[in-house]
Amino acid sequence: MRQCSSPSHRSPEAPMATLEINDLHVSVEAEDSTGGPTEILRGVDLTVKQGETHAIMGPNGSGKSTLAYSLAGHPKYTITGGSVKLDGEDVLEMSVDERARAGVFLAMQYPVEVPGVSVSNFLRTSATAIRGEAPKLRTWVKEVKEAMERLSIDPKFAERNVNEGFSGGEKKRHEILQLELLKPKIAILDETDSGLDVDALRIVSEGVNRVRESGEVGTLLITHYTRILRYIKPDHVHVFAKGRIAESGGPELADKLEEEGYEQYVKGGATA
Amino acid sequence: MAEAQTIPGGSNTSGAIAVAAESTTATRMSAPPSFDVADFPVPHGREEEWRFTPLDRLKGLHDGTAQASGGIKTDVSAPDGVTVEAVGRDDERVGRAGKPVDRVAAQAFSSFEKASVISVPKDAVLTEPVRVSLHGEGGVSYGHTVFDVGAFAEAVIVIDHTGDAVRSANVEFVLGDGAKVTVVSVQDWDDTAVHCSQHNALVGRDATFKSVVVTFGGDVVRLNPRVTYAGPGGEAELYGLYFTDAGQHQEHRLLVDHDTPNCRSNVAYKGALQGDDAHAVWIGDVLIQADATGTDTYELNRNLVLTDGSRVDSVPNLEIETGEIVGAGHASATGRFEDEQLFYLMARGISEQEARRLVVRGFFAELVQQVGLPDVEERLLAKIEAELEASVS
Repeated sequence: MRQCSSPSHRSPEAPMATLEINDLHVSVEAEDSTGGPTEILRGVDLTVKQGETHAIMGPNGSGKSTLAYSLAGHPKYTITGGSVKLDGEDVLEMSVDERARAGVFLAMQYPVEVPGVSVSNFLRTSATAIRGEAPKLRTWVKEVKEAMERLSIDPKFAERNVNEGFSGGEKKRHEILQLELLKPKIAILDETDSGLDVDALRIVSEGVNRVRESGEVGTLLITHYTRILRYIKPDHVHVFAKGRIAESGGPELADKLEEEGYEQYVKGGATA
Repeated sequence: MAEAQTIPGGSNTSGAIAVAAESTTATRMSAPPSFDVADFPVPHGREEEWRFTPLDRLKGLHDGTAQASGGIKTDVSAPDGVTVEAVGRDDERVGRAGKPVDRVAAQAFSSFEKASVISVPKDAVLTEPVRVSLHGEGGVSYGHTVFDVGAFAEAVIVIDHTGDAVRSANVEFVLGDGAKVTVVSVQDWDDTAVHCSQHNALVGRDATFKSVVVTFGGDVVRLNPRVTYAGPGGEAELYGLYFTDAGQHQEHRLLVDHDTPNCRSNVAYKGALQGDDAHAVWIGDVLIQADATGTDTYELNRNLVLTDGSRVDSVPNLEIETGEIVGAGHASATGRFEDEQLFYLMARGISEQEARRLVVRGFFAELVQQVGLPDVEERLLAKIEAELEASVS
């Protein structure tokens, strides 16, 4: 008998997926002509297991987004040291698309407009790449339709060009739609809460929570504010400052940040 | 008059809308239209109509040194009822749709041996396209073709260019009242070919002319699709699709001359560029003369720059001499396939090659659909794929 609607092509005996970041150093080429690379990440250590949710919180310029984009393989960033492994596989050796197919998903803070490519075409091409085969058309249409309904996305969006003319909230919902459809092993959410009003934040958070409830995804929730943590409860909270994790704790650490802010992590030391 | 736009480096867009001004479209040409090559001085490259063209790559088509040597194989496949004749330059059916507007076109008119007149009788509704295939075998050739489509006739015409050639040839489309004509002209030359051609359409009362120009090949391809109207109610749709590779120069210079009331025109050209020194030029002139009340016109040019090192010049010009029109507009934009777009698609598991394919296919989709002939559409899509493969490997 054929197995019906397996959400992904993970073999059932696969162990819990684990993303291991060890002593990661990342530099970026300075945008002005002052020359020379600037080190942004200065030795990041972090392990994210499937089923866990880690919140990474930190002030602006602390390197949170650099961590997100480096894990996804953005060419702007140069890895100068350390390692990133997903289930023992060297992520840093993989191209951007290989990382995605290996199960790393980055929900971007500023999703990019892709003129000429419709959302429906994009989603199907992406799902085909990630799943290794084209989803059956009939079940796929239903799957997308239902996922869009859950995120209160107008069905007309399927025919619009990717992110073109989308509002900030629409772009974020579209990112979470992809998260739900692509079912990664590791989801990195880069400031998904920024620019959202309360309703949109709730809808987006519910989407993330649906994916988390499957227990199959490890979530790295990058945020500046504690607001989203009211909807998405993290298991671990890390404070990011000056290119590394300055302190780690449980959910109570977020409460402390809510009250005290980032000041104690920012002062006394080189500027990031 | 020029509108500035924010566009990426390596491309240039300038546009103008002249209202009730003196005729800039006509005065920008260095000589008035003529059938006689002697009426045009040899261009030196600074003339308005030649300033984008690499004259030194025209293999003498512009200065009289290109001697006709043949080397082109022509096949015409015409459905029953369609006649094909070879006639002299003095035949009254030759030259009705417009005079040559530059020296190269006039050279072709002065140099061809026999013109080919392909006639579709009035009221005939062709169920099969008229196909003209030209295959270059390396020589210099001049030509002239007239498609004479009678009143209320309906025809699809496919003109196909392949092989290697140095060719200047003009094509006329004369549409009787109420006729419906779709022309697909495919420039699928080898990368060594040089091809210049002026397309003149004379659109009869209530007739519909649709042109789809597809340019992939050639070292230099320079086409002048032009439309005028013989009576009110005429409609012209001019579509174009080009894929300009490293080292290629592809130039499309359009003119829609609204000199008759209540006619419509719609122009949409799209091009993709990749590779060093790929150069695409698009000139879109629309002239609405004082008598052309009730005119409705729109023109658009879009370019997609896939790699560094290529260049686009896009110049829409709209000249309006009457305010009593339905609508007139133009748009031109050149965008880049950016690293950020590539990253976004790849971050969703899509390979680099597939990402480019997605973007380019999407970009061209609406134009490919305009062809309306499955075999030609499939060939275009395959050609686009092949161009993309070439860019990645």
